[in-house]
Amino acid sequence: MATEINKQLGDNVFLTTIDAAASWARANSLWPMPFATACCGIELMSTAASKHDLSRFGSEVMRFTPRQCDLMIVAGRVVMKMIPVLQRIWLQMPEPKWCISMGACACSGGVFDTYAVVQGIDRFLPVDIYIPGCPPRPEQLIKAIMDLQDKIKKTGTYDAREFKLRILPDGPKRFDEDELVRIRERNGFKLDEPKYDPIH
Amino acid sequence: MTAATNMKEVLESKLGGVSLVWSAFRDQNRVAVPASHIAAALQTLRDAGMDQLVDITAVDMLEYPGATDRFEVVYLLLNTTSGERLTVKTHVNEPELKLPSACPVWFGADWLEREVYDMFGIVFEGHPNFKRLLLPDAFESFPLRKDYPVKGRGERHNFPIITRAES
Repeated sequence: MATEINKQLGDNVFLTTIDAAASWARANSLWPMPFATACCGIELMSTAASKHDLSRFGSEVMRFTPRQCDLMIVAGRVVMKMIPVLQRIWLQMPEPKWCISMGACACSGGVFDTYAVVQGIDRFLPVDIYIPGCPPRPEQLIKAIMDLQDKIKKTGTYDAREFKLRILPDGPKRFDEDELVRIRERNGFKLDEPKYDPIH
Repeated sequence: MTAATNMKEVLESKLGGVSLVWSAFRDQNRVAVPASHIAAALQTLRDAGMDQLVDITAVDMLEYPGATDRFEVVYLLLNTTSGERLTVKTHVNEPELKLPSACPVWFGADWLEREVYDMFGIVFEGHPNFKRLLLPDAFESFPLRKDYPVKGRGERHNFPIITRAES
């Protein structure tokens, strides 16, 4: 019977699930919100420009209002004054939404280990894909978007219930700063008395 | 150099009896003025032709070799007609971290003084709009002081965490 229908319909009709169909559509029409704060933003612009041409992967419609976006690309370092802005923009984006943390600074603070720079946006926001590099090449960003598309196609559901399963941040573990001191002491390098307030 | 000597004569005639410490390094002239006389000194210099205030900044001299005062506030002045420059320094100590504002003399001192307050906590009295410039208003420390740790006191991590379940 099935083969009879198949013969009549041929390649004109596919059978699939609603989840797969919705995820397929979403994965190939990611609208990024460019949250570019530093030099990674230049690479982000270059990725969208003609040489690397992000639109080949269905992700070129950069929108500057979060209401129309479903992918936030945090490109660059985020200072403590910017975190409330970043969180508000994230909350304004409609579901389903994803987040790419682009570059060393957004992932971990990079070399800016100071009082003002947040040591990784994943401390305050859920992040799906991390891109290393300082700044990353446009190819890396394209690869990250392709990885995210794979992730959406594999785990996506039409009512976004997969997000409810991911409550805890699933990023890399935070680096224990005292671990460096312990390693040095174990190897025999005694540290001097801290000159100033040692609270980090 | 003749112009700078002129500046020296003008200052010393106006501020008679005040101990001014002059020094020079590679044609850069500097004068240290006591904090009690800084307003009169700046007004005198402005009237004598120093019409541009290039910058106000400060230095924390904590643990600096040979330093006797905690903070050194530095005014960089420029005469746009003759091109001569003068560095005016003054010193303040805790708990009296106060200086008269230079805003009545040069209006450009507005943001410069707010930045010095933001980073060092030195209060400029008579400023028209005195509050923090760069850091959030809720910030309580003054991060460019030497006794403030480079990594802060946890201000950078004092935010709510948004998880997938909440957003």
